[in-house]
Amino acid sequence: MASLIRTVKGMPPTALFGAAVIAIYVLVAVFAPLLAPYSEREVVGDQYLQWSAQHWLGTDNLGRDMLTRLIFGARNTLAIAFFATALAFVIGTVTGLLAATLGGVVDQVLSRVVDIIMAVPGLIFILLLLTIFGTGIVTLIAVIAVLDSTRVFRLARAVAFGIVAMDYVEAARVRGEGLLWIMRREILPNAAAPLVAEFGMRFCFVFLTIAALSFLGLGIQPPLADWGSMVRENATLITFGDITPLLPAAAIALLTVAVNFVVDWILHKVSGMKD
Amino acid sequence: MTGIARLVLQRLGLGLVTLLIVSVLIFWSVELLPGDAAQEILGQSATPETVAALRHQLNLDQPPMTRYTHWLQAMAHGDFGTSIANGLPVSKLISERLGNTLFLAAFAGIIAVPLALMLGILAALLRNSLFDRAASIFTLTAISFPEFFVAYILILFLSVKLGLFPSISNITPSTDFAERIYRSFLPALALTLAITAHIMRMTRAALINLFSLPYIEMARLKGASQGRVVMVHALRNALAPIVNVVVLNLAYLVTGVVIVEVVFVYPGFGRLLVDSVSKRDVPVVQAICLIISMTYILLNLFADIVSIVSNPRLMHAK
Repeated sequence: MASLIRTVKGMPPTALFGAAVIAIYVLVAVFAPLLAPYSEREVVGDQYLQWSAQHWLGTDNLGRDMLTRLIFGARNTLAIAFFATALAFVIGTVTGLLAATLGGVVDQVLSRVVDIIMAVPGLIFILLLLTIFGTGIVTLIAVIAVLDSTRVFRLARAVAFGIVAMDYVEAARVRGEGLLWIMRREILPNAAAPLVAEFGMRFCFVFLTIAALSFLGLGIQPPLADWGSMVRENATLITFGDITPLLPAAAIALLTVAVNFVVDWILHKVSGMKD
Repeated sequence: MTGIARLVLQRLGLGLVTLLIVSVLIFWSVELLPGDAAQEILGQSATPETVAALRHQLNLDQPPMTRYTHWLQAMAHGDFGTSIANGLPVSKLISERLGNTLFLAAFAGIIAVPLALMLGILAALLRNSLFDRAASIFTLTAISFPEFFVAYILILFLSVKLGLFPSISNITPSTDFAERIYRSFLPALALTLAITAHIMRMTRAALINLFSLPYIEMARLKGASQGRVVMVHALRNALAPIVNVVVLNLAYLVTGVVIVEVVFVYPGFGRLLVDSVSKRDVPVVQAICLIISMTYILLNLFADIVSIVSNPRLMHAK
Protein backbone atom coordinates (compact mmCIF):
# COMPACT_ATOMS: atom_id res chain seq x y z
CA MET A 1 0.00 0.00 0.00
CA ALA A 2 2.76 2.41 0.93
CA SER A 3 4.60 1.70 -2.30
CA LEU A 4 1.37 2.26 -4.22
CA ILE A 5 0.98 5.69 -2.67
CA ARG A 6 4.60 6.51 -3.48
CA THR A 7 4.08 5.46 -7.10
CA VAL A 8 0.96 7.59 -7.40
CA LYS A 9 2.78 10.60 -5.93
CA GLY A 10 5.60 10.21 -8.43
CA MET A 11 3.28 10.20 -11.44
CA PRO A 12 3.16 13.22 -13.73
CA PRO A 13 -0.29 14.86 -14.03
CA THR A 14 -0.99 13.28 -17.43
CA ALA A 15 -0.33 9.74 -16.16
CA LEU A 16 -2.35 10.43 -13.00
CA PHE A 17 -5.26 11.63 -15.13
CA GLY A 18 -4.94 8.55 -17.34
CA ALA A 19 -4.88 6.16 -14.40
CA ALA A 20 -7.93 7.84 -12.83
CA VAL A 21 -9.90 7.62 -16.08
CA ILE A 22 -9.04 3.93 -16.51
CA ALA A 23 -10.09 3.21 -12.92
CA ILE A 24 -13.45 4.94 -13.44
CA TYR A 25 -14.10 3.04 -16.68
CA VAL A 26 -13.34 -0.29 -15.02
CA LEU A 27 -15.66 0.52 -12.10
CA VAL A 28 -18.45 1.55 -14.47
CA ALA A 29 -17.96 -1.61 -16.53
CA VAL A 30 -18.00 -3.89 -13.48
CA PHE A 31 -20.97 -2.27 -11.75
CA ALA A 32 -22.96 -1.46 -14.90
CA PRO A 33 -26.23 -3.15 -13.83
CA LEU A 34 -26.19 -1.24 -10.51
CA LEU A 35 -25.38 2.14 -12.03
CA ALA A 36 -27.67 2.08 -15.05
CA PRO A 37 -31.15 3.52 -14.48
CA TYR A 38 -32.84 1.08 -16.92
CA SER A 39 -31.92 -2.25 -18.47
CA GLU A 40 -29.81 -2.65 -21.60
CA ARG A 41 -32.51 -3.75 -24.05
CA GLU A 42 -35.58 -2.11 -22.50
CA VAL A 43 -37.58 0.31 -24.67
CA VAL A 44 -38.44 3.12 -22.26
CA GLY A 45 -40.05 5.81 -24.38
CA ASP A 46 -40.33 7.39 -27.82
CA GLN A 47 -37.44 7.52 -30.25
CA TYR A 48 -34.87 10.30 -29.99
CA LEU A 49 -36.26 11.98 -26.84
CA GLN A 50 -34.41 15.11 -25.69
CA TRP A 51 -32.30 15.18 -22.53
CA SER A 52 -34.58 15.24 -19.47
CA ALA A 53 -34.75 14.30 -15.79
CA GLN A 54 -36.05 10.79 -16.61
CA HIS A 55 -33.61 10.24 -19.46
CA TRP A 56 -30.47 12.24 -18.74
CA LEU A 57 -29.10 11.74 -22.25
CA GLY A 58 -32.44 11.19 -24.01
CA THR A 59 -33.34 8.03 -25.92
CA ASP A 60 -31.87 6.34 -28.99
CA ASN A 61 -33.25 5.33 -32.40
CA LEU A 62 -35.39 2.56 -30.83
CA GLY A 63 -36.45 4.47 -27.73
CA ARG A 64 -33.89 2.94 -25.36
CA ASP A 65 -32.26 5.04 -22.64
CA MET A 66 -28.97 6.50 -23.94
CA LEU A 67 -27.24 6.75 -20.55
CA THR A 68 -28.05 3.11 -19.82
CA ARG A 69 -26.70 2.04 -23.22
CA LEU A 70 -23.58 4.12 -22.64
CA ILE A 71 -22.93 2.42 -19.28
CA PHE A 72 -23.54 -1.09 -20.62
CA GLY A 73 -21.48 -0.15 -23.66
CA ALA A 74 -18.47 0.31 -21.38
CA ARG A 75 -18.94 -3.24 -20.14
CA ASN A 76 -19.35 -4.90 -23.57
CA THR A 77 -16.75 -2.89 -25.45
CA LEU A 78 -14.08 -3.08 -22.73
CA ALA A 79 -14.62 -6.76 -22.01
CA ILE A 80 -14.40 -7.81 -25.66
CA ALA A 81 -11.35 -5.64 -26.33
CA PHE A 82 -9.68 -6.97 -23.19
CA PHE A 83 -10.28 -10.63 -24.07
CA ALA A 84 -9.10 -10.12 -27.63
CA THR A 85 -5.91 -8.41 -26.45
CA ALA A 86 -5.28 -11.02 -23.76
CA LEU A 87 -5.72 -13.85 -26.26
CA ALA A 88 -3.41 -12.07 -28.71
CA PHE A 89 -0.80 -11.90 -25.96
CA VAL A 90 -1.11 -15.55 -25.04
CA ILE A 91 -0.71 -16.62 -28.68
CA GLY A 92 1.98 -14.07 -29.49
CA THR A 93 4.06 -14.63 -26.36
CA VAL A 94 3.99 -18.43 -26.55
CA THR A 95 4.92 -18.53 -30.25
CA GLY A 96 7.46 -15.72 -29.84
CA LEU A 97 9.23 -17.44 -26.94
CA LEU A 98 9.12 -20.77 -28.79
CA ALA A 99 10.71 -19.17 -31.86
CA ALA A 100 13.47 -17.60 -29.78
CA THR A 101 14.17 -20.64 -27.60
CA LEU A 102 14.09 -23.29 -30.30
CA GLY A 103 15.48 -21.17 -33.14
CA GLY A 104 16.26 -22.89 -36.44
CA VAL A 105 13.40 -24.22 -38.55
CA VAL A 106 10.66 -23.38 -35.99
CA ASP A 107 11.81 -19.77 -35.86
CA GLN A 108 12.06 -19.53 -39.66
CA VAL A 109 8.59 -20.95 -40.27
CA LEU A 110 6.86 -18.85 -37.59
CA SER A 111 8.63 -15.67 -38.66
CA ARG A 112 7.78 -16.11 -42.35
CA VAL A 113 4.11 -16.77 -41.52
CA VAL A 114 4.04 -13.58 -39.46
CA ASP A 115 5.75 -11.64 -42.28
CA ILE A 116 3.06 -12.72 -44.72
CA ILE A 117 0.18 -11.87 -42.37
CA MET A 118 1.70 -8.45 -41.69
CA ALA A 119 2.11 -7.77 -45.42
CA VAL A 120 -1.67 -7.35 -45.65
CA PRO A 121 -3.23 -4.29 -43.99
CA GLY A 122 -4.89 -5.41 -40.73
CA LEU A 123 -8.39 -4.02 -41.21
CA ILE A 124 -8.57 -5.52 -44.72
CA PHE A 125 -7.57 -8.94 -43.43
CA ILE A 126 -10.15 -8.74 -40.66
CA LEU A 127 -12.87 -7.77 -43.14
CA LEU A 128 -11.91 -10.69 -45.41
CA LEU A 129 -12.08 -13.16 -42.51
CA LEU A 130 -15.39 -11.72 -41.25
CA THR A 131 -16.86 -12.18 -44.74
CA ILE A 132 -15.94 -15.82 -44.63
CA PHE A 133 -16.78 -16.68 -41.04
CA GLY A 134 -19.67 -14.27 -40.59
CA THR A 135 -19.96 -11.74 -37.77
CA GLY A 136 -20.25 -12.74 -34.13
CA ILE A 137 -18.49 -12.03 -30.84
CA VAL A 138 -16.46 -15.24 -30.74
CA THR A 139 -15.35 -14.86 -34.38
CA LEU A 140 -14.53 -11.21 -33.73
CA ILE A 141 -12.34 -11.97 -30.71
CA ALA A 142 -10.61 -14.90 -32.44
CA VAL A 143 -9.90 -13.05 -35.70
CA ILE A 144 -8.57 -9.92 -34.02
CA ALA A 145 -6.51 -11.91 -31.51
CA VAL A 146 -4.84 -14.04 -34.19
CA LEU A 147 -4.00 -11.07 -36.42
CA ASP A 148 -2.84 -8.88 -33.56
CA SER A 149 -0.72 -11.65 -32.06
CA THR A 150 1.73 -11.15 -34.96
CA ARG A 151 2.90 -7.86 -33.42
CA VAL A 152 3.21 -9.45 -29.97
CA PHE A 153 5.14 -12.32 -31.59
CA ARG A 154 7.71 -9.93 -33.07
CA LEU A 155 8.24 -8.14 -29.77
CA ALA A 156 8.34 -11.30 -27.63
CA ARG A 157 10.75 -12.96 -30.06
CA ALA A 158 13.07 -9.95 -30.19
CA VAL A 159 13.14 -9.55 -26.40
CA ALA A 160 13.56 -13.28 -25.78
CA PHE A 161 16.46 -13.54 -28.23
CA GLY A 162 18.47 -11.28 -25.95
CA ILE A 163 17.61 -13.41 -22.94
CA VAL A 164 18.23 -16.82 -24.53
CA ALA A 165 21.89 -15.89 -24.96
CA MET A 166 22.30 -15.39 -21.18
CA ASP A 167 24.36 -17.79 -19.10
CA TYR A 168 21.53 -18.63 -16.70
CA VAL A 169 19.45 -19.97 -19.59
CA GLU A 170 22.40 -22.06 -20.72
CA ALA A 171 22.79 -23.26 -17.13
CA ALA A 172 19.13 -24.30 -17.02
CA ARG A 173 19.58 -26.19 -20.29
CA VAL A 174 22.66 -28.00 -19.02
CA ARG A 175 20.75 -28.84 -15.82
CA GLY A 176 18.32 -30.64 -18.11
CA GLU A 177 15.27 -28.45 -17.56
CA GLY A 178 12.43 -28.88 -20.05
CA LEU A 179 11.54 -26.38 -22.75
CA LEU A 180 8.37 -25.16 -21.01
CA TRP A 181 10.18 -24.71 -17.70
CA ILE A 182 12.86 -22.60 -19.34
CA MET A 183 10.31 -20.49 -21.17
CA ARG A 184 8.16 -19.93 -18.10
CA ARG A 185 10.74 -19.62 -15.34
CA GLU A 186 13.84 -18.20 -17.02
CA ILE A 187 12.69 -16.16 -20.03
CA LEU A 188 9.18 -14.90 -19.34
CA PRO A 189 9.90 -13.06 -16.06
CA ASN A 190 12.74 -11.16 -17.74
CA ALA A 191 10.67 -10.31 -20.81
CA ALA A 192 7.67 -9.14 -18.77
CA ALA A 193 8.36 -5.38 -18.55
CA PRO A 194 8.35 -4.53 -22.28
CA LEU A 195 5.42 -6.89 -22.81
CA VAL A 196 3.33 -5.09 -20.16
CA ALA A 197 3.93 -1.69 -21.80
CA GLU A 198 3.06 -3.23 -25.15
CA PHE A 199 -0.17 -4.60 -23.67
CA GLY A 200 -1.44 -1.06 -23.11
CA MET A 201 -0.69 -0.03 -26.68
CA ARG A 202 -2.14 -3.19 -28.20
CA PHE A 203 -5.26 -2.76 -26.06
CA CYS A 204 -5.79 0.74 -27.48
CA PHE A 205 -5.31 -0.55 -30.98
CA VAL A 206 -7.69 -3.50 -30.51
CA PHE A 207 -10.22 -1.26 -28.78
CA LEU A 208 -10.18 1.22 -31.69
CA THR A 209 -10.39 -1.60 -34.23
CA ILE A 210 -13.43 -3.10 -32.53
CA ALA A 211 -15.05 0.34 -32.26
CA ALA A 212 -14.41 0.91 -35.97
CA LEU A 213 -15.81 -2.50 -36.92
CA SER A 214 -18.88 -1.98 -34.76
CA PHE A 215 -19.30 1.44 -36.31
CA LEU A 216 -19.26 -0.23 -39.73
CA GLY A 217 -21.94 -2.65 -38.46
CA LEU A 218 -19.56 -5.62 -38.63
CA GLY A 219 -18.40 -5.86 -35.01
CA ILE A 220 -20.49 -6.27 -31.88
CA GLN A 221 -24.04 -6.99 -33.05
CA PRO A 222 -27.34 -5.57 -31.75
CA PRO A 223 -29.09 -5.65 -29.34
CA LEU A 224 -25.87 -5.58 -27.28
CA ALA A 225 -24.97 -1.98 -26.42
CA ASP A 226 -21.62 -0.92 -27.81
CA TRP A 227 -20.07 2.49 -28.35
CA GLY A 228 -19.15 2.10 -32.01
CA SER A 229 -22.59 0.93 -33.11
CA MET A 230 -24.30 3.56 -30.88
CA VAL A 231 -22.62 6.26 -32.94
CA ARG A 232 -23.74 4.63 -36.18
CA GLU A 233 -27.34 4.01 -35.08
CA ASN A 234 -27.92 7.57 -33.91
CA ALA A 235 -25.73 9.48 -36.36
CA THR A 236 -28.69 11.25 -37.98
CA LEU A 237 -29.08 13.32 -34.79
CA ILE A 238 -25.78 15.03 -35.55
CA THR A 239 -27.23 16.63 -38.67
CA PHE A 240 -29.73 18.34 -36.34
CA GLY A 241 -26.92 19.71 -34.22
CA ASP A 242 -27.47 17.22 -31.36
CA ILE A 243 -24.21 16.05 -29.81
CA THR A 244 -25.60 12.96 -28.02
CA PRO A 245 -24.30 10.44 -30.62
CA LEU A 246 -20.82 11.91 -30.16
CA LEU A 247 -20.76 10.96 -26.47
CA PRO A 248 -19.94 7.26 -27.04
CA ALA A 249 -17.27 8.31 -29.55
CA ALA A 250 -15.87 10.72 -26.97
CA ALA A 251 -15.89 7.90 -24.41
CA ILE A 252 -13.74 5.82 -26.78
CA ALA A 253 -11.39 8.73 -27.42
CA LEU A 254 -11.02 9.56 -23.71
CA LEU A 255 -10.08 5.97 -22.83
CA THR A 256 -7.47 5.67 -25.59
CA VAL A 257 -5.94 9.01 -24.59
CA ALA A 258 -5.87 7.85 -20.96
CA VAL A 259 -4.20 4.52 -21.77
CA ASN A 260 -1.67 6.29 -24.02
CA PHE A 261 -0.77 8.68 -21.19
CA VAL A 262 -0.16 5.81 -18.80
CA VAL A 263 1.81 3.78 -21.37
CA ASP A 264 3.96 6.83 -22.16
CA TRP A 265 4.77 7.18 -18.49
CA ILE A 266 5.59 3.47 -18.10
CA LEU A 267 7.87 3.61 -21.14
CA HIS A 268 9.70 6.63 -19.74
CA LYS A 269 10.12 4.89 -16.43
CA VAL A 270 11.35 1.64 -17.99
CA SER A 271 13.73 3.26 -20.45
CA GLY A 272 14.76 6.04 -18.09
CA MET A 273 14.65 8.46 -21.02
CA LYS A 274 13.55 12.05 -20.77
CA ASP A 275 12.01 12.20 -24.23
CA MET B 1 26.64 -5.76 -60.82
CA THR B 2 26.93 -3.14 -58.12
CA GLY B 3 25.81 -3.77 -54.58
CA ILE B 4 22.88 -1.41 -54.87
CA ALA B 5 21.43 -3.03 -57.98
CA ARG B 6 21.67 -6.46 -56.39
CA LEU B 7 19.96 -5.29 -53.19
CA VAL B 8 17.18 -3.61 -55.15
CA LEU B 9 16.65 -6.70 -57.31
CA GLN B 10 16.60 -8.92 -54.23
CA ARG B 11 14.01 -6.70 -52.62
CA LEU B 12 11.89 -6.65 -55.80
CA GLY B 13 12.01 -10.45 -55.98
CA LEU B 14 10.98 -10.73 -52.35
CA GLY B 15 8.11 -8.32 -52.96
CA LEU B 16 6.93 -10.41 -55.88
CA VAL B 17 6.99 -13.59 -53.80
CA THR B 18 5.04 -11.83 -51.02
CA LEU B 19 2.45 -10.68 -53.55
CA LEU B 20 2.03 -14.22 -54.83
CA ILE B 21 1.68 -15.73 -51.37
CA VAL B 22 -0.81 -13.07 -50.33
CA SER B 23 -2.88 -13.78 -53.46
CA VAL B 24 -2.90 -17.48 -52.53
CA LEU B 25 -3.92 -16.54 -48.99
CA ILE B 26 -6.80 -14.35 -50.16
CA PHE B 27 -7.93 -17.01 -52.60
CA TRP B 28 -7.67 -19.88 -50.13
CA SER B 29 -9.39 -18.01 -47.32
CA VAL B 30 -12.69 -19.35 -48.66
CA GLU B 31 -11.39 -22.88 -48.11
CA LEU B 32 -11.00 -22.17 -44.41
CA LEU B 33 -14.73 -22.66 -44.01
CA PRO B 34 -15.62 -25.95 -42.44
CA GLY B 35 -17.74 -28.01 -44.83
CA ASP B 36 -19.18 -26.49 -47.94
CA ALA B 37 -18.39 -22.80 -48.58
CA ALA B 38 -21.50 -22.21 -50.68
CA GLN B 39 -23.79 -23.72 -48.02
CA GLU B 40 -22.06 -21.71 -45.32
CA ILE B 41 -22.46 -18.41 -47.21
CA LEU B 42 -26.11 -18.98 -48.12
CA GLY B 43 -27.14 -20.20 -44.67
CA GLN B 44 -29.29 -23.12 -43.52
CA SER B 45 -32.44 -22.10 -45.37
CA ALA B 46 -30.91 -22.29 -48.86
CA THR B 47 -32.35 -24.83 -51.29
CA PRO B 48 -29.99 -27.47 -52.76
CA GLU B 49 -30.40 -25.84 -56.20
CA THR B 50 -29.18 -22.40 -55.10
CA VAL B 51 -26.28 -24.01 -53.25
CA ALA B 52 -25.34 -25.94 -56.41
CA ALA B 53 -25.65 -22.76 -58.48
CA LEU B 54 -23.37 -20.84 -56.12
CA ARG B 55 -20.90 -23.72 -56.05
CA HIS B 56 -20.77 -23.50 -59.82
CA GLN B 57 -20.49 -19.71 -59.78
CA LEU B 58 -17.59 -19.82 -57.31
CA ASN B 59 -16.17 -22.72 -59.36
CA LEU B 60 -16.13 -24.83 -56.22
CA ASP B 61 -16.88 -27.89 -58.36
CA GLN B 62 -13.36 -27.79 -59.80
CA PRO B 63 -10.07 -28.80 -58.13
CA PRO B 64 -8.50 -25.98 -56.06
CA MET B 65 -5.26 -25.69 -58.05
CA THR B 66 -7.11 -25.24 -61.37
CA ARG B 67 -9.37 -22.71 -59.70
CA TYR B 68 -6.48 -20.73 -58.32
CA THR B 69 -4.61 -20.49 -61.65
CA HIS B 70 -7.82 -19.54 -63.44
CA TRP B 71 -8.60 -16.94 -60.83
CA LEU B 72 -5.10 -15.43 -60.97
CA GLN B 73 -5.13 -15.38 -64.78
CA ALA B 74 -8.52 -13.70 -64.86
CA MET B 75 -7.41 -11.14 -62.23
CA ALA B 76 -4.32 -10.30 -64.27
CA HIS B 77 -6.59 -9.61 -67.24
CA GLY B 78 -8.85 -7.35 -65.17
CA ASP B 79 -11.65 -9.91 -64.91
CA PHE B 80 -12.61 -10.13 -61.24
CA GLY B 81 -15.58 -12.45 -61.65
CA THR B 82 -19.21 -11.64 -60.90
CA SER B 83 -20.76 -10.42 -57.68
CA ILE B 84 -22.89 -12.94 -55.78
CA ALA B 85 -25.19 -10.21 -54.50
CA ASN B 86 -26.31 -8.64 -57.79
CA GLY B 87 -24.73 -10.64 -60.61
CA LEU B 88 -22.82 -7.65 -62.02
CA PRO B 89 -19.18 -8.00 -63.12
CA VAL B 90 -16.95 -7.07 -60.16
CA SER B 91 -14.64 -5.01 -62.38
CA LYS B 92 -17.60 -2.79 -63.30
CA LEU B 93 -18.53 -2.30 -59.63
CA ILE B 94 -14.98 -1.45 -58.70
CA SER B 95 -13.61 0.68 -61.55
CA GLU B 96 -15.52 3.92 -60.98
CA ARG B 97 -15.28 3.73 -57.21
CA LEU B 98 -11.56 3.05 -57.33
CA GLY B 99 -11.09 6.37 -59.12
CA ASN B 100 -13.12 8.19 -56.46
CA THR B 101 -11.11 6.63 -53.65
CA LEU B 102 -7.79 7.45 -55.30
CA PHE B 103 -8.97 11.03 -55.74
CA LEU B 104 -9.82 11.31 -52.05
CA ALA B 105 -6.55 9.70 -50.92
CA ALA B 106 -4.52 11.96 -53.24
CA PHE B 107 -6.40 15.03 -52.02
CA ALA B 108 -5.62 14.19 -48.39
CA GLY B 109 -2.02 13.17 -49.14
CA ILE B 110 -1.16 16.36 -51.04
CA ILE B 111 -2.19 18.51 -48.07
CA ALA B 112 -1.01 16.26 -45.26
CA VAL B 113 2.50 15.22 -46.32
CA PRO B 114 4.16 18.66 -46.78
CA LEU B 115 2.29 20.07 -43.78
CA ALA B 116 3.28 17.20 -41.49
CA LEU B 117 6.93 17.24 -42.59
CA MET B 118 7.20 20.97 -41.93
CA LEU B 119 5.56 20.71 -38.52
CA GLY B 120 7.65 17.65 -37.63
CA ILE B 121 10.94 19.35 -38.52
CA LEU B 122 9.86 22.44 -36.61
CA ALA B 123 8.94 20.41 -33.52
CA ALA B 124 12.32 18.62 -33.63
CA LEU B 125 14.20 21.93 -33.91
CA LEU B 126 12.20 23.63 -31.18
CA ARG B 127 12.40 20.58 -28.96
CA ASN B 128 10.78 20.98 -25.51
CA SER B 129 9.49 24.44 -26.44
CA LEU B 130 5.87 25.43 -25.94
CA PHE B 131 5.18 24.67 -29.63
CA ASP B 132 6.70 21.20 -29.31
CA ARG B 133 4.66 20.38 -26.21
CA ALA B 134 1.43 21.65 -27.73
CA ALA B 135 2.15 19.71 -30.92
CA SER B 136 2.89 16.56 -28.95
CA ILE B 137 -0.40 16.77 -27.04
CA PHE B 138 -2.27 17.50 -30.26
CA THR B 139 -0.76 14.56 -32.13
CA LEU B 140 -1.25 12.13 -29.24
CA THR B 141 -4.91 13.13 -29.03
CA ALA B 142 -5.43 12.93 -32.78
CA ILE B 143 -3.93 9.43 -32.84
CA SER B 144 -6.12 8.29 -29.96
CA PHE B 145 -9.37 9.48 -31.54
CA PRO B 146 -11.34 7.03 -33.65
CA GLU B 147 -11.59 8.29 -37.25
CA PHE B 148 -15.37 8.47 -37.13
CA PHE B 149 -15.23 10.72 -34.06
CA VAL B 150 -13.03 13.25 -35.87
CA ALA B 151 -15.24 12.99 -38.94
CA TYR B 152 -18.46 13.65 -37.03
CA ILE B 153 -16.93 16.57 -35.13
CA LEU B 154 -16.03 18.11 -38.49
CA ILE B 155 -19.59 17.53 -39.70
CA LEU B 156 -21.04 19.05 -36.54
CA PHE B 157 -19.02 22.25 -36.73
CA LEU B 158 -18.19 22.87 -40.39
CA SER B 159 -21.36 21.49 -41.88
CA VAL B 160 -24.23 21.70 -39.39
CA LYS B 161 -23.26 24.77 -37.33
CA LEU B 162 -21.44 26.87 -39.93
CA GLY B 163 -22.94 25.40 -43.09
CA LEU B 164 -19.63 25.70 -44.97
CA PHE B 165 -19.42 22.25 -46.50
CA PRO B 166 -21.91 19.47 -47.31
CA SER B 167 -21.96 16.60 -44.80
CA ILE B 168 -22.66 14.09 -47.55
CA SER B 169 -20.19 13.80 -50.43
CA ASN B 170 -22.54 13.26 -53.32
CA ILE B 171 -20.18 12.62 -56.22
CA THR B 172 -21.23 11.31 -59.65
CA PRO B 173 -19.13 10.87 -62.81
CA SER B 174 -20.58 14.14 -64.14
CA THR B 175 -19.44 16.22 -61.13
CA ASP B 176 -16.83 18.73 -62.33
CA PHE B 177 -13.44 19.12 -60.68
CA ALA B 178 -14.06 22.23 -58.54
CA GLU B 179 -17.36 20.82 -57.29
CA ARG B 180 -15.64 17.49 -56.58
CA ILE B 181 -13.03 19.22 -54.41
CA TYR B 182 -15.73 21.16 -52.57
CA ARG B 183 -17.87 18.09 -51.91
CA SER B 184 -14.98 15.89 -50.82
CA PHE B 185 -13.36 18.56 -48.66
CA LEU B 186 -14.61 17.26 -45.30
CA PRO B 187 -13.61 13.60 -45.84
CA ALA B 188 -10.22 14.77 -47.10
CA LEU B 189 -9.79 16.97 -44.03
CA ALA B 190 -10.67 14.09 -41.69
CA LEU B 191 -8.03 11.89 -43.34
CA THR B 192 -5.51 14.73 -43.35
CA LEU B 193 -5.84 15.21 -39.58
CA ALA B 194 -5.25 11.51 -38.95
CA ILE B 195 -2.12 11.09 -41.06
CA THR B 196 -0.63 14.51 -40.29
CA ALA B 197 -0.43 13.54 -36.63
CA HIS B 198 1.30 10.23 -37.42
CA ILE B 199 3.82 11.61 -39.91
CA MET B 200 4.64 14.56 -37.69
CA ARG B 201 5.29 12.42 -34.62
CA MET B 202 7.53 10.03 -36.47
CA THR B 203 9.44 12.75 -38.37
CA ARG B 204 10.14 14.48 -35.09
CA ALA B 205 11.39 11.26 -33.49
CA ALA B 206 13.63 10.43 -36.48
CA LEU B 207 15.21 13.90 -36.49
CA ILE B 208 15.71 14.04 -32.73
CA ASN B 209 17.56 10.74 -32.96
CA LEU B 210 19.82 12.19 -35.64
CA PHE B 211 20.43 15.47 -33.85
CA SER B 212 22.00 13.57 -30.97
CA LEU B 213 24.68 12.03 -33.21
CA PRO B 214 28.27 13.31 -32.96
CA TYR B 215 28.55 14.37 -36.61
CA ILE B 216 25.73 16.89 -36.16
CA GLU B 217 27.50 18.32 -33.12
CA MET B 218 30.66 18.49 -35.23
CA ALA B 219 28.81 20.45 -37.93
CA ARG B 220 27.47 22.85 -35.30
CA LEU B 221 30.91 23.25 -33.69
CA LYS B 222 32.58 24.12 -36.97
CA GLY B 223 30.04 26.96 -37.28
CA ALA B 224 27.53 25.70 -39.83
CA SER B 225 24.28 27.65 -39.76
CA GLN B 226 21.13 26.07 -38.37
CA GLY B 227 19.63 25.87 -41.86
CA ARG B 228 22.71 24.14 -43.25
CA VAL B 229 22.83 21.66 -40.38
CA VAL B 230 19.21 20.70 -41.02
CA MET B 231 19.15 20.72 -44.82
CA VAL B 232 22.61 19.37 -45.65
CA HIS B 233 23.62 17.27 -42.67
CA ALA B 234 20.49 16.01 -40.96
CA LEU B 235 17.83 15.69 -43.66
CA ARG B 236 19.90 13.54 -45.99
CA ASN B 237 20.32 10.85 -43.40
CA ALA B 238 16.78 11.28 -42.16
CA LEU B 239 15.46 10.75 -45.69
CA ALA B 240 15.11 6.99 -45.45
CA PRO B 241 13.14 6.94 -42.18
CA ILE B 242 11.00 9.88 -43.30
CA VAL B 243 10.15 8.31 -46.67
CA ASN B 244 9.28 5.16 -44.76
CA VAL B 245 6.94 7.09 -42.48
CA VAL B 246 5.26 8.89 -45.37
CA VAL B 247 4.75 5.71 -47.37
CA LEU B 248 3.46 3.82 -44.32
CA ASN B 249 0.90 6.56 -43.82
CA LEU B 250 -0.11 6.58 -47.46
CA ALA B 251 -0.61 2.85 -47.07
CA TYR B 252 -2.64 3.60 -43.97
CA LEU B 253 -4.78 5.96 -46.04
CA VAL B 254 -5.86 2.97 -48.10
CA THR B 255 -7.55 1.44 -45.04
CA GLY B 256 -8.42 4.64 -43.13
CA VAL B 257 -10.45 5.67 -46.12
CA VAL B 258 -12.96 2.86 -45.42
CA ILE B 259 -14.41 4.49 -42.31
CA VAL B 260 -14.29 8.05 -43.60
CA GLU B 261 -16.12 6.98 -46.75
CA VAL B 262 -18.87 5.38 -44.68
CA VAL B 263 -19.31 8.51 -42.53
CA PHE B 264 -19.56 10.88 -45.49
CA VAL B 265 -21.45 8.43 -47.72
CA TYR B 266 -18.61 8.92 -50.19
CA PRO B 267 -19.00 6.67 -53.27
CA GLY B 268 -15.56 5.07 -52.98
CA PHE B 269 -14.56 1.48 -52.82
CA GLY B 270 -14.11 1.32 -49.08
CA ARG B 271 -17.87 1.61 -48.78
CA LEU B 272 -18.31 -1.04 -51.44
CA LEU B 273 -16.04 -3.28 -49.37
CA VAL B 274 -18.08 -2.78 -46.18
CA ASP B 275 -21.36 -3.40 -48.00
CA SER B 276 -19.94 -6.54 -49.59
CA VAL B 277 -18.65 -7.86 -46.26
CA SER B 278 -22.10 -7.58 -44.69
CA LYS B 279 -23.64 -9.29 -47.74
CA ARG B 280 -20.83 -11.88 -47.65
CA ASP B 281 -20.22 -11.21 -51.33
CA VAL B 282 -16.97 -13.18 -51.53
CA PRO B 283 -15.79 -12.34 -55.10
CA VAL B 284 -16.11 -8.58 -54.51
CA VAL B 285 -14.35 -8.76 -51.13
CA GLN B 286 -11.56 -10.91 -52.57
CA ALA B 287 -11.01 -8.52 -55.48
CA ILE B 288 -10.94 -5.42 -53.26
CA CYS B 289 -8.69 -7.09 -50.69
CA LEU B 290 -6.31 -8.14 -53.44
CA ILE B 291 -6.13 -4.62 -54.90
CA ILE B 292 -5.65 -2.98 -51.49
CA SER B 293 -3.01 -5.52 -50.41
CA MET B 294 -1.16 -5.08 -53.69
CA THR B 295 -1.10 -1.30 -53.26
CA TYR B 296 0.06 -1.73 -49.69
CA ILE B 297 2.84 -4.18 -50.56
CA LEU B 298 4.02 -2.09 -53.52
CA LEU B 299 4.12 1.07 -51.37
CA ASN B 300 6.20 -0.71 -48.74
CA LEU B 301 8.46 -2.09 -51.46
CA PHE B 302 8.93 1.43 -52.78
CA ALA B 303 9.87 2.70 -49.30
CA ASP B 304 12.42 -0.10 -48.88
CA ILE B 305 13.99 0.64 -52.24
CA VAL B 306 14.21 4.36 -51.47
CA SER B 307 15.98 3.63 -48.21
CA ILE B 308 18.43 1.32 -50.00
CA VAL B 309 19.12 3.83 -52.77
CA SER B 310 19.41 6.82 -50.43
CA ASN B 311 22.01 5.08 -48.27
CA PRO B 312 25.31 6.68 -49.32
CA ARG B 313 27.30 3.80 -47.83
CA LEU B 314 25.98 1.52 -50.58
CA MET B 315 26.83 3.94 -53.40
CA HIS B 316 30.40 2.76 -53.81
CA ALA B 317 31.13 -0.88 -54.46
CA LYS B 318 33.67 -2.24 -52.06
